[in-house]
Amino acid sequence: MLFATVMAIFFLFLIGGGLFVNSLSIIKEKGLWTLLTTSNWRPFKGDFGFASYIISTLYVTGIAIIIALPLSLLTSVYIIEYASPGILRAFSSVVDLLSGIPPVIYGVWGTLTIVPFISEKVAPHFNALSTGYSVLAGGIVLAIMITPLIISILMEVFLAVPKEMREASMSLGATKWQTVKKVVLRKSVPGIVAATVLAISRAFGETIAVLMVCGNFTDIPKSIFDACYPIPALIANNYGEMMSVPKYESALMLAAFLLFFIIVVFNVISRLVLVQIDKRYKL
Amino acid sequence: MKRLEELFFKCLMIGSTVVLLSVLLYILFVVIEKGLPSLSWEMISQIPGGGFYLGKEGGILNAIIGSLYLIFFSVIISLMISVPVVMYLNFTLRRKSRFAAFARLTFDVLFGIPSIVYGAFGFTVMIFFGLQASLLGGIIAVSMLIIPVMIRSIDEVAVLISPDLVEATKSLGATNYETLKVIIRQLLPGISTAVLLSIGRGIGDAATVLFTAGYTDSIPTSLTQPTATLPLAIFFQLSSPIDEVQNRAYSAALVLTIIILILSFSARYFSRRLSKNKI
Amino acid sequence: MELIIDPLISEVPKSKVKNPSRSLKTHIIVEKLNLFIQGNHILRDINMSIPDKSITCIIGPSGCGKTTLLRAFNRLHDDSVDVKITGKLFVDGEDIYAKDTEVTHIRKKMGLLAQRPCPLPMSILENVVYGPRIHGVRGKRKLYEIARNQLLAVGLWNEVKDRLKSPASRLSLGQQQRLCLARGLAVEPEIILGDEATSALDPISSKTIEELFLSIKEKYTVVLVTHTLRQAKRIADYVAFMYLGELVEFGTSDQIFNHPKHQLTREYISGGFS
Repeated sequence: MLFATVMAIFFLFLIGGGLFVNSLSIIKEKGLWTLLTTSNWRPFKGDFGFASYIISTLYVTGIAIIIALPLSLLTSVYIIEYASPGILRAFSSVVDLLSGIPPVIYGVWGTLTIVPFISEKVAPHFNALSTGYSVLAGGIVLAIMITPLIISILMEVFLAVPKEMREASMSLGATKWQTVKKVVLRKSVPGIVAATVLAISRAFGETIAVLMVCGNFTDIPKSIFDACYPIPALIANNYGEMMSVPKYESALMLAAFLLFFIIVVFNVISRLVLVQIDKRYKL
Repeated sequence: MKRLEELFFKCLMIGSTVVLLSVLLYILFVVIEKGLPSLSWEMISQIPGGGFYLGKEGGILNAIIGSLYLIFFSVIISLMISVPVVMYLNFTLRRKSRFAAFARLTFDVLFGIPSIVYGAFGFTVMIFFGLQASLLGGIIAVSMLIIPVMIRSIDEVAVLISPDLVEATKSLGATNYETLKVIIRQLLPGISTAVLLSIGRGIGDAATVLFTAGYTDSIPTSLTQPTATLPLAIFFQLSSPIDEVQNRAYSAALVLTIIILILSFSARYFSRRLSKNKI
Repeated sequence: MELIIDPLISEVPKSKVKNPSRSLKTHIIVEKLNLFIQGNHILRDINMSIPDKSITCIIGPSGCGKTTLLRAFNRLHDDSVDVKITGKLFVDGEDIYAKDTEVTHIRKKMGLLAQRPCPLPMSILENVVYGPRIHGVRGKRKLYEIARNQLLAVGLWNEVKDRLKSPASRLSLGQQQRLCLARGLAVEPEIILGDEATSALDPISSKTIEELFLSIKEKYTVVLVTHTLRQAKRIADYVAFMYLGELVEFGTSDQIFNHPKHQLTREYISGGFS
């Protein structure tokens, strides 16, 4: 049993190590800085500039968070602070269901509804031309995918605020909303931040749903209606070719390692914060 | 003024809750609306025929069976690793052990790693061992993906089991093996929930199997053969320019969604039964 | 069970009553109050008059409903879905459970000190001025003055005047409870409610809080739930004894402790059960 546990833990480092080792050859050849900041991507010529993919990833994730965070906050506050226990139970089921839907289904739905919506209704409204396969589409689909995660964490964080604190505020004559604003939310700031960071890391790594709606076009997107090409999509789309071109495999492994590294760091920090909150609650 | 502000935010809050609910319903509605017309008995009982990708006969049985094989073996492997790990964390180590905390942190982090990374790593492992894209490759990748899910889920239940139970059993003279059986019996509902959750996670994931399982029109007969999977079936068919084929993608999506819904409800049902029987 | 309501009697027993209250006006009148939690009859037909500007202690074995009653005074049960309340509760002649009463207005009249000190997640200064701010008081100077006055009143000023902006959670438990009292006083209430306010504190801090209660009763009506008879003996002017959700006996401290009229009261006082 000890062996299994140690193996499982070691596993994390194994993945990191494995990916890193495989990316070494291209790092050695081009240098990490060049790889991260140039945007020339011509594998057959030996150019591997990740910049536009990194920017795409950030862009799409940014839009997703801007949409998802307010939505999740508002909903969680309502469910925990205002709604009856029956609604809370029912809503937990909704959240579970949403988080269980496979990414590929979100991709299908996104292609069927969000993409045409953007190209026919939204973009013309802003006088922009768009196929619909865009940063915005990716952002919207991602936002819906990460919302259940944020909500489930926020629900626990809000529940961890001691009842006495709310009562103290109300006993001083504050209304429910004032209590929520000035006490509950204030106490929950670390938890909210942790939830956001975790959601960002989830959004970074989402592959198939984004791939289906983002357009897979390499140039740096200039507006949210342009197509984009986040890193996971890059890896997924090109695995077939990577064996044929030298250094291509290494480049894609570097992409995977970058994802891995950032996500691990974000996860470790958020989880540590959440454990702290948990500890204080249990006391 | 205060009243206005409270009212305003209350409207926003209820509004966003409604939006979320509507989105879920909308997604289900679209999947059903698009998928139902093309769903037929042939779809789920036949493998692709000759001109399947050009719109002719056949079905997605290859993907359905492939996914089932894949998840079946992955779950078995995961169980073999997850259960001992959870047992160790909860019943051998002390509750407050630093090592246990560190282990749990690691597993939470592994839980958060996206499936594409598992796919890429699985691919590396396969190259290392000289494997081709195959059922085995897929199994390796999917197992890696669901082990953290399973550990987390079983652990959640295991922490609730009082350590007194173990001591009481041991003090009655039970051997280690018999104590194990008692604990596992307690854990059983939790394990079933974990299995259901892991199946839900693993069966619908495309990025893990993209590199590692390959794709084929037939049902694999050995571990070294490539296999089709439901998510990839949906993905590949969707990219086709032919309407017929796209419609099939939708019905495949519907099949997958139905499987997931059944799994979700069963998991909820089991976990509710579990909490009723808590000691 | 007989209900004994005494405070309106003109003779005031002199011995053992510390600082007998000047006026025998009643501040809170409870009339036929019944409270149900999930169908269970927790408070049974309570009729009680709490005298003005004095300390009333509610005593009784655990589970008798004293905390539930106290919380009914400032309508803290409003948010619990399972709680049903019938009857009337008059504060200054106004029934707080009447249909149209505004609850924040009621709560402003009362300060609550909970069992475990509960500082809000902000600095010491912000804690004290939280109440006034909520009710519209503005201006840094004005708020600072309020904070200073209340912290002086509870004897915390000298200990915290140099670190008003630091988080309130860094104070010791005894200091936190005094901070909560200052916070409650800052909204200029008329009534102070204490729910076993000293049970989480060490003896010295408990004594400080008790002394504070004694000092403020000139200006405020104090109602305390206390789980120790000794505390009631030390500071109460009036005592209400509750058992299994009913008010068994109410009287001055001297009456209850030295001449209890009811059998149950006698047994409880002599330590027969808890």
